[in-house]
Amino acid sequence: MNKNLVLLAAVAAVAVGVAQFAYADPVSDKLVIDGKEMITRAPAPEGHPFKEVLSGWLFREPETRALEADSFANPGMLYVERGEEIWNTVDGAKGKSCASCHNDASETMKDVGAHYPKWDAETKRPINIELQIDKCRTEQMGAEAYKFDAADQKALTTYIKYQSFGTPVKLDLAKGDMQSWWDRGKKEYYTRTGQLNLACASCHEASMGRHIRADHLSQGQANGFPTYRLKQADMVSLHNRMRGCIRDTRAEMPKAFSDELMALEVYVTWRGTGLSVETPAVRQ
Amino acid sequence: MATPKPRVKVPKSAKAGETVVIKTLISHQMESGQRKDKDGKVIPREIIHKFACEFNGKPVFSCDMEPAISANPYFEFNAKVNESGKFKFTWEDDNGSVYTDEAAIEVS
Repeated sequence: MNKNLVLLAAVAAVAVGVAQFAYADPVSDKLVIDGKEMITRAPAPEGHPFKEVLSGWLFREPETRALEADSFANPGMLYVERGEEIWNTVDGAKGKSCASCHNDASETMKDVGAHYPKWDAETKRPINIELQIDKCRTEQMGAEAYKFDAADQKALTTYIKYQSFGTPVKLDLAKGDMQSWWDRGKKEYYTRTGQLNLACASCHEASMGRHIRADHLSQGQANGFPTYRLKQADMVSLHNRMRGCIRDTRAEMPKAFSDELMALEVYVTWRGTGLSVETPAVRQ
Repeated sequence: MATPKPRVKVPKSAKAGETVVIKTLISHQMESGQRKDKDGKVIPREIIHKFACEFNGKPVFSCDMEPAISANPYFEFNAKVNESGKFKFTWEDDNGSVYTDEAAIEVS
């Protein structure tokens, strides 16, 4: 092979490489909201496929990042305010509101959301904030459980999670059978599904940082949920988003709060260990 | 969402002649009138079609809004203040409601 041909082959290889692996680095900006610096990069916990876990904020467009950084402009804050109203509103047969038992959420719910999902000994499965709210409503307030993704459910969940704003995510996997749910969630994360034959890991691990059409693939972290998505112009819950991803692989969607999605929530939340709770985050 | 709730952000104080930044946000679904419900019926348009801001009775900024504007409309604009007073904000809804908010500023 003469020299020119070798060079040509090298150039072609580079060109093909670029075409196949359009990679864009997540930005190195710092996210500061109301003077509070968020942890958007954290050393990964043991057993994690990445060295560093990255917040989805680092992958978004500058305008979207700016919207989250300004707590006034962030439309998600409207839902935090709405959640506070719900917190203080009496509902159900027993004439109680959340505040009747839990008083001031800024004290009683402080940092609580950063450690969900938790083990629930009664039902012997993990419980997330939405289900915890339903439990309180049915058992303590004599009210009905929320329908999945009811506007009030999203607002109240957002408000409670917001009380952990800035707190690093940390799950307690030692409680109950959390570890086996984590194992199950991990298995699901790596299982290819749907007509497109994609696993969570196909996009959010193997292709993290690349583009899937116009979308800059993040690590798929849960720390910003419920999150304000510009596409829906509304708050989007974690289970809604997971169902959306599964739909996009053209698979059948598991029901919200089903065993499949609860296991996935445990595992995916763990993958974001150390990141600040950003609720209400703003995403594309 | 429940009743639209406005939020405004105006500095509490400023120097005479200073240009201040004013931010406003209101929760509103801004239903465009283009969407259909599950039964195929058109969901009627319901948007906020006008926003206005005045300072001590004098207009500062106003605009008409159209159905293509996203939910929860946000406005940011500047105003030059020469005296202390009150900013008054109004949003007019297609359903006839008017949402208002006020913010005072101390000018020295």
